[in-house]
This record gives sequence, C-alpha cells and structure tokens, in this order.
Amino acid sequence: MGRGTSDYARWSIAIALVLVFALIPVVWLISLSLKPPDAITDQRFIPSEVSFDNYKSLFEGGIDDSPFIKPLINSIGIALITTAISIVLASFAAYAIARLEFPGKRVILAGALAIAMFPPISTVGPLFDMWRTLGLYDTWPGLIIPYLTFSLPLAIYVLVAFFREIPWDLEQAAQVDGATPFQAFTKVIVPLAAPGVFTAAILVFIFAWNDFLFAISLTSSDASRTVPAALAFFTGESSFTQPTGSIAAAAVVVTVPIIVFVLFFQRRIVAGLTAGAVKG
Amino acid sequence: MAEIVLDHISKVFDDGFEAVKEMDLDIQDGEFMILVGPSGCGKSTALRMIAGLEDISSGELKIGGDVVNDRAPKDRDIAMVFQNYALYPHMTVRENMGFALKLAKVDKAEIDKKVEEAAETLDLTQHLDRRPANLSGGQRQRVAMGRAIVRDPSAFLMDEPLSNLDAKLRVQMRTEVARLQSQLETTMVYVTHDQTEAMTLGDRVAVMRAGVLQQVGTPAELYDNPKNLFVAGFIGSPAMNFMPAELKGGKLVLPIGEVDAGELAGVRDDGQVVAGLRPENFEDVAVVGDLKQERGVTFEAEVDLVESLGSDLFAYFHIESAGVESDQLADLVGDRLDETGAANVREGEEQIVARLDPTSKVKRGERAELWADTAKLHLFDPESGESLKAANRGDSE
Repeated sequence: MGRGTSDYARWSIAIALVLVFALIPVVWLISLSLKPPDAITDQRFIPSEVSFDNYKSLFEGGIDDSPFIKPLINSIGIALITTAISIVLASFAAYAIARLEFPGKRVILAGALAIAMFPPISTVGPLFDMWRTLGLYDTWPGLIIPYLTFSLPLAIYVLVAFFREIPWDLEQAAQVDGATPFQAFTKVIVPLAAPGVFTAAILVFIFAWNDFLFAISLTSSDASRTVPAALAFFTGESSFTQPTGSIAAAAVVVTVPIIVFVLFFQRRIVAGLTAGAVKG
Repeated sequence: MAEIVLDHISKVFDDGFEAVKEMDLDIQDGEFMILVGPSGCGKSTALRMIAGLEDISSGELKIGGDVVNDRAPKDRDIAMVFQNYALYPHMTVRENMGFALKLAKVDKAEIDKKVEEAAETLDLTQHLDRRPANLSGGQRQRVAMGRAIVRDPSAFLMDEPLSNLDAKLRVQMRTEVARLQSQLETTMVYVTHDQTEAMTLGDRVAVMRAGVLQQVGTPAELYDNPKNLFVAGFIGSPAMNFMPAELKGGKLVLPIGEVDAGELAGVRDDGQVVAGLRPENFEDVAVVGDLKQERGVTFEAEVDLVESLGSDLFAYFHIESAGVESDQLADLVGDRLDETGAANVREGEEQIVARLDPTSKVKRGERAELWADTAKLHLFDPESGESLKAANRGDSE
C-alpha cells in the first residue's frame, strides 16, 4: 500500500516535470500574444494587462490586406488536400502490400522507406527549377506534390501494419456474401482499419501543416504561401516595431487546428474495435 | 437448391504443393455431404474451391448444372460459415446478418423481416442489436449460421463450424445444425476432421487423405465396408484393431487363432494380409455363451487396462505380433495414440481394444478368456491397403 502511494507520487512528479518542460514555451507564447505592443519587452511571464490587439491585427483589413488570412486558407487547403490524397493512395498501396503477393513488393516497401529517409533539403533546389519551368512554382499543387512524396511512405507504413491485423476471412466472408472486392475493401476492411486510417491522417496532416522548408522555398506570394512561411514575412506597424506580438498570436492560431484535428480523430480511434471478429 | 458436381478437380498451389488431386464428387440437391479427413488432407481447400475463394487448377465445378470455375464467389449463390465465424466486428448482429441482402439491394423492410425470422429460428432475437464482441462463442456461431440462412442460398458451405466451441456446446450445436439442415432442405457441404461429427450429421460422408478422395458413402457403408485401411482406421471410435494375418491353405492364421478363410479361399493366393476387427466384435467368453460355438475364435490374453463407462467396458490387452506397417495407418498414428494410449506397447506386441459387455468381470493384470467374432473380420491387402472384400466383390460383379 505504502509502496503504491510512493510510486504514484513519483510518477506524478515525473509527469508534472515533463508537462512543465513541454508546456512552458506554449504558455509563454500565449502570454506574449496577449500583451499589448508596448508591453512585449516587459519581461513578465504573466501579462499585466490582457489585450487582444495582436489577434485583431492579424485579421485586420479583410482577406486582401491581412497578412494572415490568405496564408491560413492556403495552409488549411493544402494540408487537407494532401491528407485526403495521401490517405486514399496509401490505403490502396498498403492494402495491396498487406494482402497480395506481387513481384516488386519488397522493392516498393524499401523504396518507400528510402524516400522517407531522404533529406528534403536536397530536393529543394531541383524542385525550385523544375517548378518554375512547369509553372508549378508558387501554386498549391507545387506544395501538395512534394508533401505527398514525403507523407506517402509514412502513411503506407502505418496502414500496412493495420491492414495486416485484419483477418483474411472477414474479407472472404464479404465476398461470399456478395461483395465485389472493392465493396469488401470499402465496407469491411476500411471501417475496421479506421483507427489506422485516422492515425495516418493525423500524421500526414501535421507533417503538411508544420512544413517550413518547402513552403518558404517554393512560394513567393500569398497565392500559396502557408502560415509557417508567412510568419517570416510579418512586419510591425512601422519599420521600427518588432512584429513579435503578431507572430505569437499567429502561432497560437495555427496551433489550434492541430489540437482540434487530433481531438476530433482521437475519439474515433477506438481501441479494440476489431475484438470479436474471430474467436479469441 | 442445386446439386454440386466436382469433376476431376485438382488444386496445385504456387509452391507446387498438390492439395487436392483429381477429386470426383456428386453432391445431390438437398444432400448433407460431409468432407472428413485428418488435418492437411485437402478437405478445406476443396470446400474453398467450391466457394470460389481458391482457383481451381484443373477440372470442372458445376453448381446447379452451370460450370462456375470462373465465377466470383458472389455469383455462385452460396453461403459459407467460417471456422472462426468471420463476423464483421463493426456491425451489429442485425447488420451482420443483413449484410448480404443489403449488398443485393434488397428492400429494407424485407431485410428486417428475413433477419428477424432467422434470428427467431436461431434464438438470437434479444441479441440483434449487440455487436459480435459482446457475444459468447456459441452465440457468435449462431450469428454466423444466421448470416448464411437469411440469404436462402442454393447451397451452404461450412468449414469446421463447430471446432472452436467447447465439447458440450459442440454436441448441442451439432444437433442444431442437423435440425436446420432437415428444416431447410438445402444442399450442405460440411468440412470436419471429427469423424463423430461426420458419422452423426451426414447423409453421405466423403473421406479424404493427402488430397485424394478415399471413399464416399453413407455413414453405415463407411463403417461396415471400409474400402481401405485408412477409412477403416479413421471411421469409428475407438478405432478398428489391426493385426497381421496369413492366408494358408484355405485357412486364415491370426495372432489370436485360426479361422476358415471362407469366401477368400481360392480367390487369393496364400500370403500375408492385414486383418481388422472393431472393438465391439470382441466379447468376454463368460458373457457370449453358446454363440462362440457357432463362429469365431476364443483366446486368452492378459488385460492391461479396463475402462468402465457404465454402459460399456473397454478392455485393453496386447497380442504377440509383428505389427502392421502401412502408410495409410501411419497417417492416423497420432489420432490413434490419443484414443487408445497405445504408446506404451512394447516392440513385437500390438495393442487391441475390446468393447465388452458391462457385466464382464475382466480385471486389470489378470488373464481373461475372450471371444472374437471373426465373421466381422475386415481383410486388407498389406501392400495397397485395399479391402480384399471390396476387391472380391468387384471381381464377382
């Protein structure tokens, strides 16, 4: 009993330390974003006066003049499209890899792993030239394509692991029940692999949302610049003021969708969904 | 309703393994056909070929008169119950059972009606809105059957549907299956490795070994006239006793005595044969009385073990014998050891099981006088394992 309590206490302390370590910068960011511009440099952790001016300034001027709204739309659009395409393609690929024997299966898996390991920075230069020639520079597809390249291997690996867990018999039962292979896939396999699909979706979305390298290199205007890149172009009210407050506010705003996304899907990652399919 | 015809069906897997060899089988409309054999004999593969889950390497499969070799499972109008049930875990019992109808775009009200009917037959009505994870093994099994029933297919295929249940439930579900089949009068192909299930359920039973169909017949035919050593040893529990014998000048010399070779005399040359005798064809001499005068042999043996079940009494004893060597029996060794405990038999001895009258007074470790009804002897060729009776009959026809 005594031992249990002291274990509990020790774990609580450890968890508290980790939380403090991880959350202090976030709290600091929130604190900065709430300070009025003249109090930014007052070095206080808790703002003496709370103001939402920084947030207001982000959205001032509407879609045309605000430095933030267009990039936010770009970020959401590009990340969602990347996630959708990536998950659809990766489920097909992962399904084939998990279920079928075909020549070159190992090569595909090894290739996917190699691409995932590849340093993105080495592709930026060639991509810049290619995209300018092809007219993809500073467009949504110009970012979506490289994001797909790097997120697909990740999604495929996650999904293969999930598909392998689903008993073959279920799909055959569906086929005997009158399903085409495609119906068996969409009505039986995909719902059962849902936790895996959502896990992969979260990972891909976060990857696309957070990317800075491609976003800064392959865009030149608000036509396709995403939030992480746009932050670097923030200016203060005059050329002599630091845009620290607005950057902090923008950073808080872009963190929110990630949290929403994770919370939204987490409820759908129901553990043990496959329990009861077969004996066991 | 449909008959299923397997015409020289073979299955060769990609790695070259031949799972089913030239299988010929006619399953009548409305018949309950059992495929039985030890594990790895190709019975499940044969069933999966009928279902369309495995390609047919060669031969022709007909369901209801149409060749269906190249048809997808969904176009064969068959329903299958899997060994592990294969219920869809993300669907309720109702959705599981109605899935096939929903795919077939049947009217919603019609689906509900059929599902509820089937649920009633299977005693599942109060579980319709639960998920498979919350059901017991027996309930899951019934859902799997219900899923097959609602479709009203032309044939049911069952792949060891009861093997995941515990012993008591299995017996209960066995009668359930038999009841269902007689109620539905639909063609049913049922795969099992359990010869008791095969004998109790089937209209006819097809025994398979190493991909080859050994014998097809009613349970009684298989029991009384096994075509070869394998069928003889596989069907029946406890298994048939085998001993080497010699045909010599019109007499048959057994380790337990000498009998008249009867119809075999003159048909077959003198030489070695294998004799088989079922446990119930032995009896305690004190119990048989006068019958022993008419036929059979009496002999003495030391009883190694007595198991009394109340209604029956099993006596295990051994006889001096060189033993019987046969590939066909070697396949059964594992099963037979489990049943008879013959493992502790010394070299040069053969264990025999006798099913005696419960009033018998035989005791462990004592010598007992036993009688064997040699009119019930089964004789086999030691090389081919074929029954000599069958060969004999074949000649005279």
